[in-house]
Amino acid sequence: MATSSSSTGVDKLKNKLRALVVDDNRMIRLYMVSLLKKANVEAEVAEDGKAAVNCFLQGKTYDIILMDKDMPQMDGVQATRILREMGVKTKIVGVTSHSTEEEKREFLEAGLDDFFVKPLTSPQLIELLKDVGNK
Amino acid sequence: MEYSNLRRQAAYMKKSLFDQGYLDEQFYQLEELQDDVSPNFVEEVVTLFFRDSARLISNIEQALDKCPQEFSKLNAFVHQLKGSTSSIGASRLKNECTRFRDYCDEENLEGCLKSFQKLKREHAVLRQKLESYFQLLRQVGPVEKATRPSM
Repeated sequence: MATSSSSTGVDKLKNKLRALVVDDNRMIRLYMVSLLKKANVEAEVAEDGKAAVNCFLQGKTYDIILMDKDMPQMDGVQATRILREMGVKTKIVGVTSHSTEEEKREFLEAGLDDFFVKPLTSPQLIELLKDVGNK
Repeated sequence: MEYSNLRRQAAYMKKSLFDQGYLDEQFYQLEELQDDVSPNFVEEVVTLFFRDSARLISNIEQALDKCPQEFSKLNAFVHQLKGSTSSIGASRLKNECTRFRDYCDEENLEGCLKSFQKLKREHAVLRQKLESYFQLLRQVGPVEKATRPSM
């Protein structure tokens, strides 16, 4: 299920980036949403890959997706692959706990634009958002 | 006077948690996200962490009791736990998760059992220390902000 966090004004919304945080861990979702909010990014959450794909099937759009790898129902690799097959061009960033090189390669080959080991930090997020805003 | 003492106690308690390796830099990241809109953000995140990690530890315990052990399942649980511990900066707990995963990869049951006991102890100790810390912070009030110790 995807839900939104609150926004703070129409003018800000017009220019605000929109992110989708995909993670089955609610604590991590809370952390990521707060991190994004601090960077003035409006964030929605999805509990797994299937919910993330559903967001796009409902016609929602985002500027960036932060995708966990290991999730029930549908993992991040499968979700990324499906989103790319659907023609989704949004920047997808894998954010996961330590993975083997093979797992990382599989995730990247599914269609990621970038990959980070958890936890994502504020400086890393700012760097990620730099070129997202320019698209 | 009392308020200053409480603030000093809270600062000392936090410094000890870092000095003893219970917490790392990531905890400061959490504190930096705390503001007037979310004044209890850190405590909320940590509370969620202990709720979720207690469930994972119970899952690991059940998986260890099974015979034969499903090391890939164990590994998956610890992987989840490690992700959460990293996100709150629980350094010692994170390191124990790494050791546990190494034993899982080796399918070393004895190693897993020893590591799990240590993991449970670290979890319990960290929980008790952080509960005391937050209890003190509640007495200090919302003035306490994120401060990194000076180098």
